[in-house]
Amino acid sequence: MAETHTDKRPLSPHLQIYRPMLTMMMSNMHRITGSALYFGIILLVWWLTAAAISADYFAIMQAFFGHWFGKLVLFGFTWALLHHMLGGLRHLLWDTGHGFKLSTIEWLARLNLASSIILTLVLWLGVYWVRGTL
Amino acid sequence: MRTPLGMARGLGSAKTGTEHWWLQRVTAIANIPLVIFLIVFILWHLGANRAALMASVKHPLIAIALAMSFLSILWHMRLGMQVIIEDYVHGRWRIVCLLGNVFFTIALGIAALYAILSLSFGA
Repeated sequence: MAETHTDKRPLSPHLQIYRPMLTMMMSNMHRITGSALYFGIILLVWWLTAAAISADYFAIMQAFFGHWFGKLVLFGFTWALLHHMLGGLRHLLWDTGHGFKLSTIEWLARLNLASSIILTLVLWLGVYWVRGTL
Repeated sequence: MRTPLGMARGLGSAKTGTEHWWLQRVTAIANIPLVIFLIVFILWHLGANRAALMASVKHPLIAIALAMSFLSILWHMRLGMQVIIEDYVHGRWRIVCLLGNVFFTIALGIAALYAILSLSFGA
């Protein structure tokens, strides 16, 4: 098998070389939220598995998510999920060959960020409204 | 005798890029309704006890939707993390991370399916 790592090849410049721009930050956020969700889902599987094991174990997990810190994690998880999903919708739009005008891209980035925050707040206000408590 | 052709053979793409790209889109689209269902399911059971959760998962449609959610999400996760690893991890750690990615997502998937089936069929 051919060895491909023998010579030092130049790497493309790293992120900090470039002037920060909204579209670039949104691209980073897509990866960061994706990675956060990747590890965040451990808690979700843990939560279900705890329920499969025993009522007491599940009660411990529920106590964690009932604590303010657990709720903060869950709140962050829902925001990351919505942000990543809306970012994904932008990518699906681009996959169809549309939405590449610079002004459109800029507008979509703002819409993505704003709607992820608004939808998360609406979702949690909805939970508060239905349950009467958080 | 070694010709330049011999140096070039075996290099280049693995010829699986299109399938990877396509499956990422397929799972992305599947994830849209499934993730919305999952968020509602989790928030619905905030503070619920085990009996209430089990009563929900006993319903076949809920159990099937949960199983589909985890399969699609974890598949999508594996594809996405593979791209991140290929971009940022170089040298010998790359294969370790790539393998870890596969094992991690499959282990979580089996744990989730076990939990769903156990809650759905268990007492």
